[in-house]
Amino acid sequence: MAKNDLLGGSLWDQYSNKVTTLMNNPHNQGEITQEECDADGYKLIVADFGAESCGDAVRLYWAVDPKTDTIVKSKFKSFGCGTAIASSDMMAELCIGKTVQDAVKITNIDVEKALRDDPETPAVPPQKMHCSVMAYDVIKKAAGLYLGVDESSFEDEIIVCECARVSLGTLREVIKLNDLKTIEQVTDYTKAGGFCKSCIKPGGHEAREYYLVDILADVRAEMDQEKMRAAADAGSHGDFEAMTLVQKIKAIDSVIDESIRQFLIMDGGNMEVIDIKDSPDYIDVYIRYLGACNGCASSSTGTLYAIEATLKEKLSQKIRVLPI
Amino acid sequence: MHVYLDNNATTMVDPAVTEAMIPFFSEIYGNPNSLHRYGTASHPAITKAINQMYKAINASDNDDIIFTSCATESNNWVLKSVWVDKILNGDKNHIVTTEVEHPSVLSTCRFLEEQGVKVTYLPVNDQGIVEAHTLRSFITDKTALVSVMWANNETGMIFPIKEMGQICKERGVLFHTDAVQAVGKIPVDLQNVHVDFMSMSAHKFHGPKGIGALYIRNSEALTPLLHGGEHMGGRRSGTLNVPYIVGMGKAIELATQNIEEKMALIRAKRDRLEDALLAQLEDVFTVGSRENRTPNTILISIRGVEGEGMLWDLNNALIGASTGSACASEDLEANTVMLAIGADHELAHTGIRLSLSRFTTDAEVDYVIESFTKAVARLRAISSSYAKVQPTPGGKAAECNIHH
Repeated sequence: MAKNDLLGGSLWDQYSNKVTTLMNNPHNQGEITQEECDADGYKLIVADFGAESCGDAVRLYWAVDPKTDTIVKSKFKSFGCGTAIASSDMMAELCIGKTVQDAVKITNIDVEKALRDDPETPAVPPQKMHCSVMAYDVIKKAAGLYLGVDESSFEDEIIVCECARVSLGTLREVIKLNDLKTIEQVTDYTKAGGFCKSCIKPGGHEAREYYLVDILADVRAEMDQEKMRAAADAGSHGDFEAMTLVQKIKAIDSVIDESIRQFLIMDGGNMEVIDIKDSPDYIDVYIRYLGACNGCASSSTGTLYAIEATLKEKLSQKIRVLPI
Repeated sequence: MHVYLDNNATTMVDPAVTEAMIPFFSEIYGNPNSLHRYGTASHPAITKAINQMYKAINASDNDDIIFTSCATESNNWVLKSVWVDKILNGDKNHIVTTEVEHPSVLSTCRFLEEQGVKVTYLPVNDQGIVEAHTLRSFITDKTALVSVMWANNETGMIFPIKEMGQICKERGVLFHTDAVQAVGKIPVDLQNVHVDFMSMSAHKFHGPKGIGALYIRNSEALTPLLHGGEHMGGRRSGTLNVPYIVGMGKAIELATQNIEEKMALIRAKRDRLEDALLAQLEDVFTVGSRENRTPNTILISIRGVEGEGMLWDLNNALIGASTGSACASEDLEANTVMLAIGADHELAHTGIRLSLSRFTTDAEVDYVIESFTKAVARLRAISSSYAKVQPTPGGKAAECNIHH
């Protein structure tokens, strides 16, 4: 939130001129009939995607030359907002002249980019990207019908954010590699969740199979487990600085029991570890003296030096011992 | 021709209101709390505005009408203060409201739920209103407040406030009504209904934006929302917005004088528009009976034409209308009121609200009828759902997995 965000702009002002033009006068709106196709020896494909009940639905018509698998004619009908109509129109346009196999490669992002007035400025506001997604899905549906295969066979990855076409694999990898902790970071790094926001968490415009909040939580849990395993390995290998806090406490207590406590007890005293705090430069061990050690003159000089030196020697040079 | 039919969102400021306000920007600009003559010079005008407010809603001298910045503030004030007074510092824990309130009530209720308050959201019937007997069954001994709008912003449907107020009175429960869509559109007589708190907003009845009011029956105790000076008897701090108070007083006076006659004129235009659209277009319907609707409002649903698409074409025709459905705002959801009254999900994405005012002319109505029918024809030609197209060889369209 900042100065430029204080007043939300008009949604329509964020549409490109191409979107506006196609909304007012779509070039490829209409139907292709069986009679037309029969006359030319083409195969008619009619595919629906979306649902009026969702607020967006599209019907795609293709006339395909079966000799070359080329889409000769492409038309659409659409129930939807300006973005849905304009992106359906552009999607139909992009299909013309392509083989069915190549048309499947057209994504909603291709459609949105084709609707831009200039390459750097999005054609629609972020929340409207969702309306261009079904333009991509309906192509897969049409291609599936033509080729006699299930449309899911065109997806080799699980897409979590359809607006930005970000896959589950990519999300998991980016979260791990960059140690991402928040959804905002995930969106900054991947653009997932930056458009219609349905994929962020349940309760958005559409129910999704995967949500960013769950993916982030799962990957973070996996990362924590991996860290724990690494720490456990470190503990067994004696790598003090890589140990978990509990392992560090155990290791310090062990050294104290083996090499320090007996001398303190001989003088009627003792000590206990209160806390351990890690920082980039030091591992601070807070201790409290007990019995005769408490108030003893050397507890802040010789005894303290001996404890710290022993822990440094046996565990880490980064250790500082701080009596409280 | 430019036609503004979004008067439930906001209204044009009546030129007479503007004229009444102007001196208080430039000539009589003193702080009314100042002791010198520059400040006290505004007192007669503020007093006049207060009298205009009391008269317009027939409030008694024992009641308070406190100027606020808007109805959102008034609604927040009531809900949050009842929470403090009756729930945090009392033995109640329950608020009753409806599913179709304005977001300033619904969002505040959701906030209060996060604070541990139990909130019941009453459902509406197929006319889009909550019936009084429905309210009766949800009030418990723990209910601190009932908050029900007087008229709905999207449908114009008028709620049974008189009966509900009586139920609340019998049960000893405070009753608040958000009357933003009622004041200035239908008679509001607070001697005729039992209401403890009532929110109003000037810009809904040809007054300026940025000024509202809260009616408080019998000066009921209510912790202030804004603490500060002793303005408005210590009930609402902040220097009095003199020009806007003057404007609100003038606007409510103009809106409520001879209101029955004004209603009849607006209703005639509204009915003519509605009749023409229903007669000239197939597969359209309007929500709620006309008799129980604010006389300026039509919520019309057009099978096969998505709301924003329709709004786009109307805007191209220089007609300002509104839709609460899917793509008209950043919210992609269907129209919640339409869903609540049982419309199917497709229809819930098609609602267009046309709201007239006393400034709407017959020529404008004619123009809207013509433009509206043209837009429907164009968009239905594009529509995948309305066009009489051949069945899909691949089967039916995907099921919607939308959340509600």
